[in-house]
Amino acid sequence: MQRQINKNGELQHLLTIEGLPPSMLHHILDTAESFVSVTEREVKKVPLLRGKAIFNLFFEPSTRTRTTFEIAAKRLSADVINLNISASSQSKGETLLDTVNNLSAMHADMFIVRHAMSGAAHLIADHVAPEIHVINAGDGRHAHPTQALLDMYTIRHFKRHFHELKVAIVGDIMHSRVARSQIHALTTLGVPEVRVIAPKTLLPKGVEHLGVHPYHDLAKGLKDVDVLLMLRLQNERMQGALLPSAQEYFKYYGLTPEKLALAKPDAIVMHPGPMNRGIEIDSAVADGPQSVILPQVTFGIAVRMAVMSILAGS
Amino acid sequence: MKIHIKNGRIVDPKNRTDRAADIFIAAGKVVSIGEAPQGFHANQEIDAQGLVVCPGLVDLAARLREPGYEYRATLESEMEAAIAGGITSLSCPPDTDPPLDEPGLVEMLKFRARSLNQAHVFPVGALTQGLKGENLTEMAELRDAGCMAFSHADRPLDNALVMMRAMQYAATFDLSVWLRAQDASLSRIGVAHEGEVATRLGLPGIPTCAETIALSKILHLARETGARIHICRISSAEGVDMLRQAKKDGLPVTCDVSMNHLHLSEIDIGFFNSHCHLIPPLRSGRDRDALRRGLKDGVIDAVCSDHCPVDDDAKLLPFAEAEAGATGLELLLPLVLKWAEESKIPLADALSRITSLPAAIIGIDSGGIAPGDSADLCLFDPNDYWMVEAKSLKSQGKNTPFLGLELRGRVKYTLVGGHVVFKANS
Repeated sequence: MQRQINKNGELQHLLTIEGLPPSMLHHILDTAESFVSVTEREVKKVPLLRGKAIFNLFFEPSTRTRTTFEIAAKRLSADVINLNISASSQSKGETLLDTVNNLSAMHADMFIVRHAMSGAAHLIADHVAPEIHVINAGDGRHAHPTQALLDMYTIRHFKRHFHELKVAIVGDIMHSRVARSQIHALTTLGVPEVRVIAPKTLLPKGVEHLGVHPYHDLAKGLKDVDVLLMLRLQNERMQGALLPSAQEYFKYYGLTPEKLALAKPDAIVMHPGPMNRGIEIDSAVADGPQSVILPQVTFGIAVRMAVMSILAGS
Repeated sequence: MKIHIKNGRIVDPKNRTDRAADIFIAAGKVVSIGEAPQGFHANQEIDAQGLVVCPGLVDLAARLREPGYEYRATLESEMEAAIAGGITSLSCPPDTDPPLDEPGLVEMLKFRARSLNQAHVFPVGALTQGLKGENLTEMAELRDAGCMAFSHADRPLDNALVMMRAMQYAATFDLSVWLRAQDASLSRIGVAHEGEVATRLGLPGIPTCAETIALSKILHLARETGARIHICRISSAEGVDMLRQAKKDGLPVTCDVSMNHLHLSEIDIGFFNSHCHLIPPLRSGRDRDALRRGLKDGVIDAVCSDHCPVDDDAKLLPFAEAEAGATGLELLLPLVLKWAEESKIPLADALSRITSLPAAIIGIDSGGIAPGDSADLCLFDPNDYWMVEAKSLKSQGKNTPFLGLELRGRVKYTLVGGHVVFKANS
């Protein structure tokens, strides 16, 4: 697990938030803060990664995450190569590591990996040459560390400190890599109360061992919270006897202005996107004054610049 | 061929002996213990100074990958691994390709195994045709061809009516039915024990109730049909409790556990170590402790290697996609010795779990050292440490969670039918 931190205590890969020290998370957030001003300048580029080749290896379709990584890399002056693998080598039977080895031979400096299987980024990090860095951009249900980091950046931006907050994560915790990374990040940064709110079919067994309090009633769970982290509900959850219908889910777990009123008056609402309006979140909330969903996207670029520059910057 | 094994410590769990004595072998059988028979002139002397001489080990679950999966392992490579591990008899599950559901296939496998002149192979026949869980196989014919028992390997057999009929038919011919307790619908997408580790790693889980529900069904049907049942590779504390009760009730049921599950738990998965992707899944530390206790107090009768050679490529995949299983034949003895040492079990008791008790489950007269017994023997040095490494394993499968671990207990000689079939280097 310490494979993501090298012998000198530096970040070698970013695979999961679990096990990273709070100082490392703050270092990433501080670095991101310095990049926010870059993204607001007229010439939005710094030369930190000039000449570096960054491969976006997406084995699963994604628009937002891939695009923000691409923008972040370009603002650091890196060369970005996008590969949509599901459409090419995987269908020809090439294994994950064969694909990675072939790309390594093209002198890649960094892989940004998204894959449908938990642990895929760890596997790649275990088998690349020591000078190559791997960023996990989402592996199965396991982790999505840059999403959690941009969420932490957003919370810190709006709430300043972590150590007096009540945070609720609402929705499909069971299948969510975002939720797992958020939980590790929040507990590492010292948030005293992290709640997860979902019907029992969408909460994994033993989730309380991750340091969170499970709730099944949205109204109770939202009482007095400072931050609401909404999760996307995949359409396929309506199959496999997990939920009866999208309508019932929205009625009991969808975030409406009335439900939001139970939280603290200055609570902020976040969502990793893409949103299902009318399923997990009401448009009046998504577009309302407490929503910080669009700033999240903007900060996401600065956070990804920070991670990439910390990993590969000289 | 006459062999004189001298200076050894004979540990014979079946006849409850543990003493220093010489063994004299002629015409494939043990002819005398202690004193040489009159006129005995050995062709070969084996100095067993410092070695334990015990019955050849008996393994209840070894996948030899033939027929059908020769790219993973062949009979030659795996039989060599077996004798290097001191195993002289092994039974192999029917999930080959094609499955062992026809007498011809069984005869061919027996013939191939016999021609190698190494360990004895006892095929377990398929309980249903093609292991599809629909129609019964010709069990009586298969028995005549050499099947000692019938099982469904790891394939789902959820249809209770088919299971009941299969047990009834097997009981008609007094054949034993070996089943692994796992409900298919509760385990279909799972790859790890549903618990803390699977939750943390985002791996689809297999709940404990997948085992207990299936076990309950099997035990009820066993009561109903009177069939002799053997439960393969129990994995949970609750399962052990259910078996304890069933035995107390007098049900003719036996049970084994995989050596991996005696020593490992879900924690050993760490960050996606695919060597720990096993069937059944590694469960919690509490479950592991219950398995160790169950083996000690006799609820669990035997330990099997659950040998599944997998090629490297099939393990170099994300955890859920990696093929399940671990190589085991050469680790069975040292891992049982490790359990015995840690649990303070006398050597003869410990060895009974991999000799006389599994022999009784297969239904073979083996697992003892007495005049007249076939000279199937294992001679091992209980104090020799060795490192588990790919190069130290003869099996084609180098996949095991114990790679890099130092284990105590090393086989020096293996005899089958009075012939030395394995001798360790050095």
